[in-house]
Amino acid sequence: MKKHSFGSLLFIGLVLLVMYLPIAVVIVYSFNANTARIPIDFTGWTTDWYAKLFEGRSGFGDALLLSVRVALWAVVISCVIGTLGAIGMARRVDGKSSRLDTAMESLMSLPIMIPEIILGLAFMVVFNAMGIRGNDLRLVLAHVTFCIPYVFLNVKSRLVGMDPALFDAARDLGASPARVVRDITLPLCRPAIMSGAFLALAMSLDDFVISFFVYGAGEGTLPIKIYSSVKVGVSPQVNALCTLIMGVVFIAVALSRYLSSMRAARQRRLERQIRAA
Amino acid sequence: MDASHKQDLRFSRLLKLPMYLWSIVFVFVALLYVIGLSFLSRGEIMGVTGEVTLGNYARLASPDYVKVLLQSLKLAALTTAICILVGYPFGYLMARLSPVARSVVMLLIIVPFWTNALIRIYGWRILLMSNGPVNTLLMNLGLIHEPLKLLYTDGAVLLGMVYALIPFMILPTFTTVDKLDFSVVEAARDLGASPLHAFFTVTVPLTLPGLMAGCVLVFIPSMGLFFLNDLLGGSKSVLAGGLIQQLINSRDLPMAAALSVLLLAVTGAVIAVYRKVGGTGDMSMF
Repeated sequence: MKKHSFGSLLFIGLVLLVMYLPIAVVIVYSFNANTARIPIDFTGWTTDWYAKLFEGRSGFGDALLLSVRVALWAVVISCVIGTLGAIGMARRVDGKSSRLDTAMESLMSLPIMIPEIILGLAFMVVFNAMGIRGNDLRLVLAHVTFCIPYVFLNVKSRLVGMDPALFDAARDLGASPARVVRDITLPLCRPAIMSGAFLALAMSLDDFVISFFVYGAGEGTLPIKIYSSVKVGVSPQVNALCTLIMGVVFIAVALSRYLSSMRAARQRRLERQIRAA
Repeated sequence: MDASHKQDLRFSRLLKLPMYLWSIVFVFVALLYVIGLSFLSRGEIMGVTGEVTLGNYARLASPDYVKVLLQSLKLAALTTAICILVGYPFGYLMARLSPVARSVVMLLIIVPFWTNALIRIYGWRILLMSNGPVNTLLMNLGLIHEPLKLLYTDGAVLLGMVYALIPFMILPTFTTVDKLDFSVVEAARDLGASPLHAFFTVTVPLTLPGLMAGCVLVFIPSMGLFFLNDLLGGSKSVLAGGLIQQLINSRDLPMAAALSVLLLAVTGAVIAVYRKVGGTGDMSMF
């Protein structure tokens, strides 16, 4: 049934080629031995830039630590707030969401809809007005705000597919609302919370625009540090760093796709067994 | 029963409370603050004076600002158009691949999607330099004799924009084409429609939700990506996002706020149009 013309394969191949061209260039240049200020000519292979990256003075280590610290705080806080919010909103009166809930849901998902630069400016002026000076705190507050929607939407879509009778049954058997959430809702939502947390983690580590405006003086998070290093010219150390980052992303994406395909296969097998029984 | 129902409602309110409070303080109040700021004038303390004015909005109507805004809208529209022309066929063809080929292509699309746009754009910066690989290749092929000025041009900014945002067109298109029941298309073919006719009268309308979601996901961010300006366009071609950044740097916060409010209004208009023409509002396909 499926036939692929040569043309369509060529088109897919060409687009992918263009997509990977700049990535390949960064990887190749990360091994370039040229030490000129703007090292464009390829003069030989070296791994020096990788070694330099791990020296204390480069500042990339501190930037990475800051990025990871902020991301972890942002993920934990946004998971708690977003998950509880999604569970709370799932409880509906007469099967309809209240107008307040609908309005709040739109408000809460605004941060991932509007251009990031607006949010960056908003956080900057509000934090200044509130007298919040600490960079860590400023970054965490900003990141939590744009991480909540990812967790919330994931958990909510999981809850929508669930049978409310499960919770009613537990309530009828005498469980308190808190116990229902702890023993039934949360365990059932765990995969959704995990994937929401993963998304939030990636978004937080990846964020440049908002962090750039929220961050005060200093070296900044990893994306900020990368930006300031490449803004003026070409930095072989950044090439090495970017190569490492892309390697990590590739492994993480491949792994998560592999794991989810395994889970889907297991699910299918289970369903077949249940049907057979 | 009624008592337990009330208890449930009270408890769910308690669960929602932190998210409500957070959204009110950090989204509602924060955006309201920006809107308020846009009506103040520039000053020494905290960058503003208490004087209420419409001056910032009047300045938005001045030729310099109008030029930048039109340029930004033009670039956003152009970016969206190119993303449709390349991303839609790509998403479509990708959904028609064999399962194995499809998961390989998917992986190859998702990896750049998850890699910071800054890093990917930086690669283009190297490629397009006057003594970079592209110029070297063209000169070695004898196609040109002088290096072309590729970096710091409008074309470079457009290229970077399309490059950064095209996954947002490919992924929603792929999702809708993947869900499409192709027996409908075959029925159209059996009834005598040519492949092209069937494509434009059956496939395209049925995959329109994905295409529209893609347009929104490309158009909106394309107005705010200020670092593309810096890295590929130099200071020559200023766009709305870049202008907001420059205004912040020069401490003209009220003007930056006014421009942000305008950008917010454009965003709202785009989303309203999207909802109106039947978008499902579900843009969380990831």
